[in-house]
Formats: sequence, structure tokens, C-alpha cells
Amino acid sequence: MTAIAAALSRDTDTAYVEDAVRAFVIATVFWGVAAFAAGVYIALQLAFPLLNLDLEWTTFGRLRPLHTSAAIFAFGGNALLGTSLYIVQRTCRARLFGGPAAAWFLFFGYQLFILLAAFGYLTGITQSKEYAEPEWYADLWLTLVWVVYLVVFVGTLMKREEPHIYVANWFFVAFIVTIAMLHIVNNLAIPVSVFGAKSYALFSGVQDALIQWWYGHNAVGFFLTAGFLAMMYYFIPKQANRPVYSYRLSIVHFWSLIFLYIWAGPHHLHYTALPDWASTLGMVFSVMLWMPSWGGMINGLMTLSGAWDKLRTDPALRFSVTAVAFYGMSTFEGPVMSIRQVNALSHYTDWTIGHVHSGALGWNAFITFGALYYLMPVLWKRERLYSIRLVSYHYWIATIGILLYITAMWVSGIMQGLMWRAYDAQGFLQYSFVETVMAMHPFYVIRAIGGLCFLAGALIMVYNLWRTARGDIRDETPFVRSGMQTAAAE
Amino acid sequence: MAYRHEIIEKNSVLLVVLSLITVAIGGLVEIVPLFTIESTIERVQGVRPYSPLELAGRNIYIREGCYLCHSQQIRPLRDEVERYGHYSLAAESMYDHPFQWGSKRTGPDLARVGGKYSNEWHVEHLKDPRAVVPESIMPPYAFLAGKPLAYADIGDHLKALRVTGVPYTDEMIKEAKADLEAQATPDADTDGVAGRYPKARMGDMDGQPGRITEMDALVAYLQMLGTLVEFDKVQPGSLRQ
Repeated sequence: MTAIAAALSRDTDTAYVEDAVRAFVIATVFWGVAAFAAGVYIALQLAFPLLNLDLEWTTFGRLRPLHTSAAIFAFGGNALLGTSLYIVQRTCRARLFGGPAAAWFLFFGYQLFILLAAFGYLTGITQSKEYAEPEWYADLWLTLVWVVYLVVFVGTLMKREEPHIYVANWFFVAFIVTIAMLHIVNNLAIPVSVFGAKSYALFSGVQDALIQWWYGHNAVGFFLTAGFLAMMYYFIPKQANRPVYSYRLSIVHFWSLIFLYIWAGPHHLHYTALPDWASTLGMVFSVMLWMPSWGGMINGLMTLSGAWDKLRTDPALRFSVTAVAFYGMSTFEGPVMSIRQVNALSHYTDWTIGHVHSGALGWNAFITFGALYYLMPVLWKRERLYSIRLVSYHYWIATIGILLYITAMWVSGIMQGLMWRAYDAQGFLQYSFVETVMAMHPFYVIRAIGGLCFLAGALIMVYNLWRTARGDIRDETPFVRSGMQTAAAE
Repeated sequence: MAYRHEIIEKNSVLLVVLSLITVAIGGLVEIVPLFTIESTIERVQGVRPYSPLELAGRNIYIREGCYLCHSQQIRPLRDEVERYGHYSLAAESMYDHPFQWGSKRTGPDLARVGGKYSNEWHVEHLKDPRAVVPESIMPPYAFLAGKPLAYADIGDHLKALRVTGVPYTDEMIKEAKADLEAQATPDADTDGVAGRYPKARMGDMDGQPGRITEMDALVAYLQMLGTLVEFDKVQPGSLRQ
């Protein structure tokens, strides 16, 4: 435990590989804005279908994977790669295994994967497996990049100067290893020709469905949870300048989370042709998963013990801590939705979309924003961010955006679910399908406004980070002075 | 516990190996039995591989991301069975590489849309959804009617699917291109294709009899969805999983 605390405080930046990490930071910001903008656009398409523009490249069907992949793999993926390379070097006090060459290969290799995938979506090249849409050639390329990533990461762990492997790195290891396993199995396919893009999935029907959701739910569990928990375990202690609340809880959190998560996939297939025993198993493990999720949340939040006042003065830390709160909320909502009877209502509706976004915007994006605000001055060797006030503006406008988004989706999702099953006095279905579509319209508009707020906040961040990189410091008084500053002023 | 955990914390290879074992268990327990328990896929009559034209249409359905807004999986709930028809069986998607069950119903379920509307309705609706359903929010797909279907390599598609386990015969692969043309051409000699793919819908679909477009293929696919199993002949016992 002392070794870990020491590792956290003993950061020096001598000889760390940082150029590629800076590139990952820039890519994270760039793809983040792209993903949010794409999201706003497709949200508007659902409210105003004319925005499909009558062109084959701009229909909702082609742009939706572009949005989800940009958010998860381009924004989230660059954040994970960048922060993991940063964190592993510092917590191991070791230069990156493979040096700058390996880091740059990872950077350009990963961006190439993103571009291959994005180009495919717009031109209609897709496997149609959600969150695994890229075709076989892009999958093979990503596999190669990922193996290099594993070697670089574990290689750095092996040459560490610290006796212990820091807890954030356990989560990164689980993330890298599990994503490799999921990616390879779910993407097994037979190409029609080595010169063509089209392939056919190796598995079919009910087996393919379960493998897809084993993959899909654990893309959430390991890409968007384990990897981002690693960020929580590094950046919150750094920002709050406190050690992780409980070392023992970290151990329990880690092993129980990675063991339980992998079982949860079949809850996406309640009442389908998947046999009941499988979806019941998925439901039971999903409910159990609530416990390690909240264990992790408590470990993150309680790290602020004795430093809660920092939330008033440091809006970047507020992003990280609010992220953990959203993590707690969506990991409570998830198990509820995995219960078969709740799922009968929520499945196929916008409730799921709202749930995903409370996780993606509230948890993944917020913890990333907190990390970006922390990393920018460190990596660019600046005294501090250009403006703390702008961070506050970003925080509030983004939070309002998320609340608009998820409340609109709760209302529209639950309402549509209820309308589908409503019967009139004669015992007939009360609503035709299209009547339920009409009822969604106002909520789709509100959702798009929420997304616009979130995008606007991100643009404020871009400006702030850009000025920080230039070395500018805004002359401003903070919204809230810390207790000590107030005392000194008096 | 913390004391013993030190062993893992100080050995990165051990950490990697133990993590991999931990995350492998759940998937193995849930997925492997689906391939070995025989009752997972119900024994019902009628399910057959897609005809070449239907397969080409299915590939357009996938290409355009239809699955993002339309499910193909009717749940055994009273309102769904009344709205869409008999609940979906695992057998009905046994040749679906990959499956198209979907996860969101921005539009209605399509598992049994086959035969519910005329070809003309589908073509008009795909070209301009709001001309047929004014409140619809579906994107227009008019370009499908203008694009000739690329099917020169359709036999290779059948071959690739045979590798994955779909029972396409040598004859089906050899005749794939001819079968596709025969199914989409009015008054063609359809004995061969009809024998190989029972219940396949024959004839021009898109109102342009002279050419085979992507619209022809997509409508052929939509019109066969959910039509293969005759439920009035199914014994309830055979549906038990």
C-alpha cells in the first residue's frame, strides 16, 4: 500500500515516451467532437427525417454505426490508449517497452483502423454486428495493432522499477486481454473473396446472437468500464491528491467485476429464441454485478475523503467525480433493466438508448474530460489550464445536456413500451405502430437539444485546451475561492 | 488476503493469465452448451437456405443498416403476437450469418413482414416512406431502384456460406446465377429455382421488368421473411427448447 502511494507521488517525467501520448490526447478531443456532432445529427434525423438528404451515404442506417464507433472506439479508444501509455510508464517508473517507435505504431495503426471502419460505414461495408461492424480486413488489422498493444503494455509492466503493479494497470490488463478475446471470437468470418470486403459470419442465428451480445455487453464491460475504471484509479487520486480509499476494496472490486461481467450478455436476449436458461443466467449475473460496480464507485468517491472541498474549487475534479456518480447510477439502472419483467417493457425502446448515454456521456466522457483537463498542462508543460472558469461552463452545460437527454429517453422509452402493449375496451391493440412513432417526436427534439448542449460544452473544452497548449493563461478570478484563499484575502 | 494478493501484484504474466482465465469462464459456460444441446434449435419443417436473389437482398438489408431500427424477433408476449404474428423460433434464423434479430424498434418488427404487403407497396414505401405512411421517420431508399444488382459473384457467396455450414448443394452453387435471374425475371423458366428454394417469390418486384435492381432483391428478401414455417402444421411439443 505504501509502495502504491509512493508510486503515485514519485512521478517524474524523465525519459517517458510522451510524444505519442500527446497525439492520442489530440485524437481523443478530435474524435470526441466528431462523435458528438454525428450523434446530434442522427438525433435530428429521427426528429426531422428530411435530414437523411435522400442520399445513400447520409441515411440514419449508415450514420448510426459511424456515431457509435466514433464515440466508443475513436473517442473512447484513443482516450484509453493514450492514458494507459501515460499511466503505465509513471506507475511503473519505466520507459515504455518498445519506445517511441512502438507508441507511434499504435497511434497510426489505431487511427488507420478508425478510418477503415468509418469509410466502410459510409459506403455500406458492414458486418451488421452492433459495435463490431467493421469487415474482416479491418478486424485483422485491429487484431495486429491490439497484439502490439498487449506486448507494449505487459512489456512495460515487466521492466517496472516499482515492486507492485498499480491497481489501474490491473484494469488495463483485463481490458486489453478481454477485448482481444471478444474481438477475435465475435468477428470470426469467412470472406467471399480475398479481394472483396464482404464476409459471412461463422456463426448463425441463436448462437451468433449470444456470441454477439457476449461481445456487445462486454465491450461495455471491458472497453467502457474496466479501462475507464483504470483512469478513475489513477486520475482521481492524482487530482484529489489522496490515496485510493481502500486497497482491499480494489482487489475485491477488480476480481469480482471481471468475473461477473462476462456472464451478463444474455440479458440482451430476454424472451427471444435464446433458451430461457441462458437469459436467466445473464439476468442473475447482471443483478449480482451491481455489487462490484458500486464497490468500485464507493472506492472512487471515498478517495475524496478529506478533500471534498476541492469539488468546489476544481471543476476538472468535479468532472471526474460526477463521472463516478453517473457510473453508479447507470450500473444501478442496468441490473434493473436486465430483470426479465422490466426488460419486457424496456427492450426495443429508447429507454435502452437513454441508459447507454447516461453511461457514455455521464461516465465515459466525463471521466475523459477530467483526465484531459489534468493531462493537458502536464503533457504540454504548462503552469495550469488557460481558464478554470471555462471548465465550469463546460461542466454545467454538459451536465444539463445529459439530463435533458436521459430524461427525454426515459419518458419516450417507457411511454412507447406502454403504448405497444395498451389494449382498448374491446380488447384490441389500442395504438398502431406509427402512432407510437408520432408520440416520440417531442422527445426526439428534446434529446437533440440535450446533445447540442453536450457538443457545445465539448467545443468550449477544445478552445480551452487549445489556448492551454499555446501557453496562454486567462486573467480571471475563479467562481469559487478555496477556503484558504478567502481567509488570506481577509 | 491482501498479503497473498501480493504474489499476483508482483508478477505481470501471472496477472495476465489469471485475468484471462477469470474472464473466459462465463462465456464458456453460456456459449458452448448452445452448440451441444440439441433442443436449442426447434425441429420444424420448412426452413431452407436463402435463394440467391433473397440472399442478395439480405445483403442490401445489412448494408443499409435496416437492423438498427427494425428487429426480426417477435417475443412470446400477447401484444407482440397479436401485432406481428407467431413468436420467432430459433430455427427460423438458423441460416442467418449473421443473425438480424436487432435491438431497437424505431420501426416495427419485420420477422413476419413477408406477404403482408404487395410488392408495389414495398417499392413505393422504400422509395418514399412518407408517401405511403405520412408520419413515418424512415429514410428514403429511392436509389435502390436505380442501381443494377451486382450478382456476378453470387455463386462465391453461396460457397462461403457453405463453409460456415449452410447446406447449399453443388447444384445450387452451380445454378446460383441462373436461379437469381430466373427468380427476378417475369415469365422465366422457374422450375429449377422453385424446386431448390420452395416458396420463393417469382417475378419482377420493382416495376421495371427489364432489369434486375437492388430494389428487386431487397423486396424479394422482405417478402419471404417469416413465411417458411407453416405454424398450423407445427406440433407444440416440437417447439420446446
